[in-house]
Amino acid sequence: MIIQLPEPDLSIVGRREQIVAALVGIAGRDAVVSDEDGRRAFETDAMTSYRRMPLAVVLPTSTEAIANVLRYCNANNLKVVARGAGTSLCGGALPAEDAIVVGVSRMSRVLDIDYAGRTMRVEAGITNLAITGEVAPEGFFYAPDPSSQLSCTLAGNIAMNSGGAHCLKYGVTTNNVLGVRVVLMNGDIVDIGGDQLDGGGYDILSLMIGSEGQLGIITEATVRIIKAAEGARPMLLGFDTNEAAGQCVAGIIASGIIPVAMEFMDRPAIEVCESFAKAGYPLDAEALLIIEVEGSEAEIAERLAQIQEIAKPFRPTTATISTNAAQSARIWKGRKSAFGALGRIADYYCMDGTIPLSRLPETLTAISRICTGYGLKVANIFHAGDGNLHPLIMFDANDPASEAKAEQAGMDILKLCVEVGGCLTGEHGVGIEKRDLMRFQFTPDDLAQQMRIKSVFDPRWLLNPAKVFPLDARVGFEPAATATAAIRRAAA
Amino acid sequence: MADILKPRDDKDLAETVAKLAAANVAIEVKGAGTKRGIGRPITAATIIETSAMTGLTLYEPTELVMSARAGTPLAQIEATLAERGQLLAFEPIDLGPISGGAGGQQTIGGVFATGASGPRRITSGAARDHILGVKAVNGRGEIFKSGGRVLKNVTGYDVGRALVGSWGTLAILTELTFKVMPRPERTETLVWPGLTEEIAVEAMCAALGTPFEVNGTMHLSAALTSRLELKSLAREAAPITAIRIENFASAVDYRANRLADALKIFGTPQKLGHDASLAFWEELRRLSVFTRLASEAPRQLWRLATSPRKAPAVMAAIRRNTEAEACLDASGGLIWLEVPASADAGAADIRRILAGAGGHATLISADREVRESVEVFHPMNAVIERLSTGLKDAFDPARILNPGRMYATL
Repeated sequence: MIIQLPEPDLSIVGRREQIVAALVGIAGRDAVVSDEDGRRAFETDAMTSYRRMPLAVVLPTSTEAIANVLRYCNANNLKVVARGAGTSLCGGALPAEDAIVVGVSRMSRVLDIDYAGRTMRVEAGITNLAITGEVAPEGFFYAPDPSSQLSCTLAGNIAMNSGGAHCLKYGVTTNNVLGVRVVLMNGDIVDIGGDQLDGGGYDILSLMIGSEGQLGIITEATVRIIKAAEGARPMLLGFDTNEAAGQCVAGIIASGIIPVAMEFMDRPAIEVCESFAKAGYPLDAEALLIIEVEGSEAEIAERLAQIQEIAKPFRPTTATISTNAAQSARIWKGRKSAFGALGRIADYYCMDGTIPLSRLPETLTAISRICTGYGLKVANIFHAGDGNLHPLIMFDANDPASEAKAEQAGMDILKLCVEVGGCLTGEHGVGIEKRDLMRFQFTPDDLAQQMRIKSVFDPRWLLNPAKVFPLDARVGFEPAATATAAIRRAAA
Repeated sequence: MADILKPRDDKDLAETVAKLAAANVAIEVKGAGTKRGIGRPITAATIIETSAMTGLTLYEPTELVMSARAGTPLAQIEATLAERGQLLAFEPIDLGPISGGAGGQQTIGGVFATGASGPRRITSGAARDHILGVKAVNGRGEIFKSGGRVLKNVTGYDVGRALVGSWGTLAILTELTFKVMPRPERTETLVWPGLTEEIAVEAMCAALGTPFEVNGTMHLSAALTSRLELKSLAREAAPITAIRIENFASAVDYRANRLADALKIFGTPQKLGHDASLAFWEELRRLSVFTRLASEAPRQLWRLATSPRKAPAVMAAIRRNTEAEACLDASGGLIWLEVPASADAGAADIRRILAGAGGHATLISADREVRESVEVFHPMNAVIERLSTGLKDAFDPARILNPGRMYATL
C-alpha cells in the first residue's frame, strides 16, 4: 500500500458521539448509521485494499436533508465524503476516520420521463441500469454503460464522468446529462442546466461532471435517453499480432464506419475469458477484436461484410460474424465476464489509462515488460475505438510484497500512458489511486487552475478530502485549518 | 483607438497578459472578430488578436482527433477534414452575418469560445461535447492546459469543456484539440409543408423517437421559408418542417422510407435529395433567413433554449404581445426568434415567459444601445452568480479579459 492517507484529526474523532447526535437531530435516526458494524459496510469502495472507518454515515432521503447535513458540517469544519454505491475503482469513495459519509443511495426515484423531448429526470441515487430499465419498455436507453452498471449510481457516474463500452458512438456521462441539482458545501441548493440542450452563462455543469465529489453533492439529474437501434450484432476478428488488430481498427474508422463498440483483448485476456464463458473466442489469436454494429438486419449485414473486407489485408486468423442472438450474447458474455473470470484465478488491479490508438503495439509491449520486471502477469482489455486501455495486473493479495509490486507496476503503466500522448485515467477517475501521479500529466499552473476552481465551490476544502490533487501540491489552496498534520508534513 | 496586439505564441501571449494584468488594463479578446456585435458592448484599451497563432498541430483521421491553434480559420479546418472524408459533427453555426460581422471568417478559437453549434447538436452533441483538450492563458498570464488528445479522459476537472461558451471572459484559448467524425456518405431531408408549430414539434419529436438516427429537425415559419435561398422550398409559401437523416447511402434510402411511413399521419413528405439537403442545412448554419431582412423594418434576433414540449406554449405566449417569426431547431428545444426592433428587444416579456416555462434566452442581434441596456445573456440567480463571480476570479482576478461582455459584473 503505497498511497499515503492523512492522519485523522483526533479532536474531531473525539467528538464522535456529539457529532452523531447532531446528525440524528438533523437527518433523523433512520438516516444515520453510527454503530461499528453498520459503518464497516462503508469503509472502502471497489479499491478494497484501502479501508478507513468513517466517523458516521448519513443516508438522507431528500435534497433538503442533504443540504441541512452539509450546512452543519460546513459550520463545524467536518469533512464529507459523498457516496453512491461505492463501486469506485480508484478509491474515489474511500472514507476517512474524521469524515462523514453522505450517501445518496436512498434517493432513487424516477421523477419525470419526457419521451417526446427524450429526457428523464431522476434522483441521483438511482442505479445506472435502472435508468435504462425504466425506459426500455418504450425502446429507449441511457447510453453510458460502465461495467458496474448493475449497482453503480448515476450520482457516482456524474462525479466520475463514467464511460463504458459504447462511448465511441454515444459519448460519456458529460455528453448525456443535461442538468443537475446540486447541494453545495454551504448547504445551498442549486440547479445547473435543465432539460434544455445547453445552459446559459458559464458551463458550470461541465465542471460539476467529473469533479469526483469535490464541488458538491448531486441529488437529482436530467439525462438524455435515446431510442435504441433496430438491432445490433457483433463479429469476432482474431489476429496474429497486436499491431495488425490496431491497424484494422484504424482502417475501420478511416472507412467512415463508427461501430457502436470495438473491444480489444490480448492473448492472456482471451484465454481467461474463453475458459470461463466458452464464448467461442479463438485461442490461437494474439489479439481479438469484438466489433458490434447497429441498424436494421440488412444494414448490419452490409456493415459487417464491409468490416470483414477492411480486415483482410491484416490477415485475420479468425473472422466470425454472429448469426443469431444466442451467439451474440455468448460473445458479449465473454467480454463482460472478464473481470469476474480473472478474479477467479488471481487478485488483480484494473488500470485505466488512455493512449492514442497508433501507439497500441509499443504500449502493450512496454506494459508486458513492466509487469515482467515486477514478476507479475498482465492481461489487457482495450476500448479500441476511444483508446481506453485496461491492463489487469495479477497479484496475490495474501502477499503484501506482491500487492505493492502490482501497485507500483500500475503507476509505471499510467506514466507510460502519459508519455505516449495519453492520460492517467479514461473513465475510472483519479481518486486516491492516481492522485500522486497528477504531476506527470499536469504542470503546477494546470493544477493551480483546477484547485482555484475547487476553492470557489468548497472554500474550506471539506468535500472528498485527500483525493485528486497531490497532497503537497495543495499548499496555498487548501486552507490550513483543513489540511491535516499529515498533509502539512508532506508539504514540508 | 485601442492598441492591437497579435502575440506569436502562448509564451508571448502569457507575458503580454501578465503585464496588462499588473497594470490593470482591460483586454478585448478577438479571433477574426466576426461576433463582435454579440454580447454586451465592451470598451478595452487593448485588443489581443489570435491571428498570429494559426495552423494545425495534429490531425490523426484514424483516431478522430485534430488540434489547431486558436486563430486557425474554421474554413481551413473544414477543408482539411473534407479531404479525408471527415467533418466537425457539431456543425458550427456562423453567427457573423446576423450580428453585423463577416460570414465564413470565424476562427476555431472563436467557434469554441462562443460554443457555436449547429442543427446536428440534437443528436451529435454541441461544441462542448467535441472538445478534448485546450491550452489557454488565464487572466493572470499563466499558461495552462486541460484534457488532452485522446477521446476518453477524466483526469482532473473538466476545465477545457467549461471554457467553451465563456466568450473569452475566463481565459484566452491558444490551442484546441477536438473530436472529428466521418462525413456521412449520404444526406437526405424529408420536408413536410404546412404543419403548425404545435404539430411540427410533435412530428419532430416523433422522428427522434424512431431508431433511424435523425440528426437534424427544423421548423421554419412561412415568412422565413419564403426567404430561403433554396428556391424549391422558398416557393412553398407555407411553414416547412425538415427532418434530416445521414448515413451510408443504402441505409439512408431505407431509413428515409421507414421514417416517412412512421410519420405518415403528418402527411406525405417531399425528399430533398443529397445535394439540395446539403445546401439547405448549410444555409441554416449561416442563419441566412434572418439576414435577408436588412432592407426591411429593423428586427432583433433571440436564441431561446427550452425543451420541445414547452416550445409551442412559449411561442404562443410570445405571440400574444409581439409579431414574431420563429425557426424551431432541435424539435423546438432551440428557438431562433425574430422580433420587431424595440428599445428592450422584448426582453422583459420573453424572459418572463421563459421563467414560467423553464429555459433561457440570449439576445443575438440588436443595436449597441440595446445591448448596453438589456441583459444579453440570461440573468443569473443568486447562487449561480456567486459561483460565476468566483470562477471569474479564479481565472481572471483582475477582471481584465473581455470585462462585461457576458454580464456587467464579470
